[in-house]
Amino acid sequence: MTLLQQRPPAGAGDHPEHAEHHDEPTFIVKWLTSTDHKVIGINYMVTAIVMFYLSGVMALAMRVQLSSPSGVGMSLQTYNELFTMHGSLMLYLFAGPFAFGGLANYIVPMQVGAPDMAFPRLNAFSYWLYLTGSITMLLGFLTSTGAAAFGWVAYAPLSTSTYSPGPGADLWIISLFLTGFSAVFTGVNLVATIFYLRAPGMTMWRMPIFTWNMLVTALLILIAFPVLTAAMVFLWTDRHLGTHIYTVAGGGVPVLYQNLFWFFGHPEVYILALPYFGIATEIIPVFSRKPVFGYKGLVFATLAIAALSTGVWAHHMFTTGTVLLPFFSLLSLLIAVPTGVKFFNWIGTMWRGQISFKTPMLFCVGFLLAFLMGGLTGVMLASPPIDFATHDTYFVVAHFHQVLFGTAVFAGFAGFYFWYPKMFGRMLHDGLGKAHFWTMFVGFWLTYLPQYVLGLHGMPRRIATYPSGLGWTALNMASTVGSFIIGASFLIMLVNLWVSWRRPVPAGDNPWDGHALEWFASSPPVHHNFEKLPPIRSERPTWDFNHPDARTIPHGRHAEHELVGAGASAARGDDTTGA
Amino acid sequence: MKVESRLLVGVALFFLVTGVGYWFWSYEQSGTVMLIGAVLLGMVPGGYYLWWSQRMKPRPEDRPDGTLEEGAGVIGAFPGSSIWPFVMAMGLFSCALAAVFGLWLLAPGFAAVFFAAIGYTVESRRGGTV
Repeated sequence: MTLLQQRPPAGAGDHPEHAEHHDEPTFIVKWLTSTDHKVIGINYMVTAIVMFYLSGVMALAMRVQLSSPSGVGMSLQTYNELFTMHGSLMLYLFAGPFAFGGLANYIVPMQVGAPDMAFPRLNAFSYWLYLTGSITMLLGFLTSTGAAAFGWVAYAPLSTSTYSPGPGADLWIISLFLTGFSAVFTGVNLVATIFYLRAPGMTMWRMPIFTWNMLVTALLILIAFPVLTAAMVFLWTDRHLGTHIYTVAGGGVPVLYQNLFWFFGHPEVYILALPYFGIATEIIPVFSRKPVFGYKGLVFATLAIAALSTGVWAHHMFTTGTVLLPFFSLLSLLIAVPTGVKFFNWIGTMWRGQISFKTPMLFCVGFLLAFLMGGLTGVMLASPPIDFATHDTYFVVAHFHQVLFGTAVFAGFAGFYFWYPKMFGRMLHDGLGKAHFWTMFVGFWLTYLPQYVLGLHGMPRRIATYPSGLGWTALNMASTVGSFIIGASFLIMLVNLWVSWRRPVPAGDNPWDGHALEWFASSPPVHHNFEKLPPIRSERPTWDFNHPDARTIPHGRHAEHELVGAGASAARGDDTTGA
Repeated sequence: MKVESRLLVGVALFFLVTGVGYWFWSYEQSGTVMLIGAVLLGMVPGGYYLWWSQRMKPRPEDRPDGTLEEGAGVIGAFPGSSIWPFVMAMGLFSCALAAVFGLWLLAPGFAAVFFAAIGYTVESRRGGTV
């Protein structure tokens, strides 16, 4: 029987004279000219991780300043610049691009069985816009007046030319312009790839959840990012062309900026979260040795989260007094329901599975705990009475750090440990990975739990010094120590990368016994990904192929269709061994 | 194509309901306009897909019993490696920096974008360089 079917390399036959005659370009030329989604994906990830480390160093500098009431002598301007750039780098240049630019670029075409993204040159263009946008933002530090210092939200009128003169702020604005376009192009590219380049049999309802989440994220990006770009263009014209869109003096409305920004900003939170939910949903079934529990429930939960997330933007603006409290509070509280469904499904996947706590799985469990804490405090903050009391305190800081650290760092590095063998054909050291996890896990809770307490004691955000008699000192010191433990954990990761670089342990094509199509390709995959594909008869074709005798028990409305694939003969009970 | 079209039309319907509800509850313009934008974002491509999905045979990737044989053949034309995305991005970078450091940066910026656009087109006709 023929289990394998050749799919000829893309482009072959159409332009035979140009197809597949590779003189592999050398390193720098390859980096500059490649349109291969795998090279671009790795470029994205490397750039994003560099941004992550830079931003982490800024965070450590701030924590040093806050370790004692009077600080260590950092100027207020420097402190403002640091928290602005820390937030901007983490949100715009690390968390989004790492998953949506990097992992999605690398993994999604492989999971749907495509040879590349739909628009490879647009993909390369997106990366270069992202890189130049990142450089633009960092250029602010080199200007005489310093980098932007108005917080990552850049509220008008603080961000207008009256209060934030100088090129640093302008560089920040156009940096978002460039990276915003980059995100939109990647979004279009992913939607086209998922709609048009799926392999036969890979129906929408068989796509891995990671791919589903990336599709939904792409739609969110297409809804949200143009609004941000518009807000930034208005801000720029206010600063330079004398329009008064956000200034009361000229008849403008400052709160319009907040409306525009948060219409982008809250979906952005889910643009940062959904891809990481997808990573967790890929990893947990593999290391529980079970199919994902409640596939459709997870898809609909993702859709519900995405839909609701665009209707909650003004919960960041409760204290402005100009928003419709019941509407935004209701929708914000509702988001807890689909998120709860996801948690239920993740736990249901692990339930009675044969769990092996390899590094990626450990990071996923860490993600569940961290995101649960961040999510629950988010539900608290969705209630206006609590929000009024804790707005702009460290309670909010701790909340969103737990949410974003839980997703972008715990789940993000889970994905990194999970797919690293696929990308480079070599393993990362499991012991060092676990050391990374446990150090980071301890540091994470030590850093952020004291901040909740500080917030409830009334410590406001964005202050560089604080009075000494309020009992905040010890808690701040604990938080600083925690942040340095997190910093140390990322040095362990660098050691791990170095070890894997110097003493490579070959990974093989499928080190984790993975489920989705990317584990069917070689490690690292060849140009245009697949020499051949397995038959696609469920949402985990590679696993079906590797375990033809496994009993799968189809259930649900479409059980009839599910009964035609690998393993179907065993499931039907006629033990004729199809292989 | 049916699932894809329902997904996008669903986006439009959700934002239609939310937008109408939001407008009559708050009478706040900016949010309503943005929600209408989201309706269009779902409606325009979603309506197109819906229209087509009624008229086309399901593709092999739309059918649970689609086999790899049905998908054999040319999947698409994928360009090889190309310097033009880099050149175009550098041009746009230069144009963007013109907003901060002076309009003279527009000149190299536009030049790079112009050459990159020509480069892209010529390259597509040739079918890629690698």
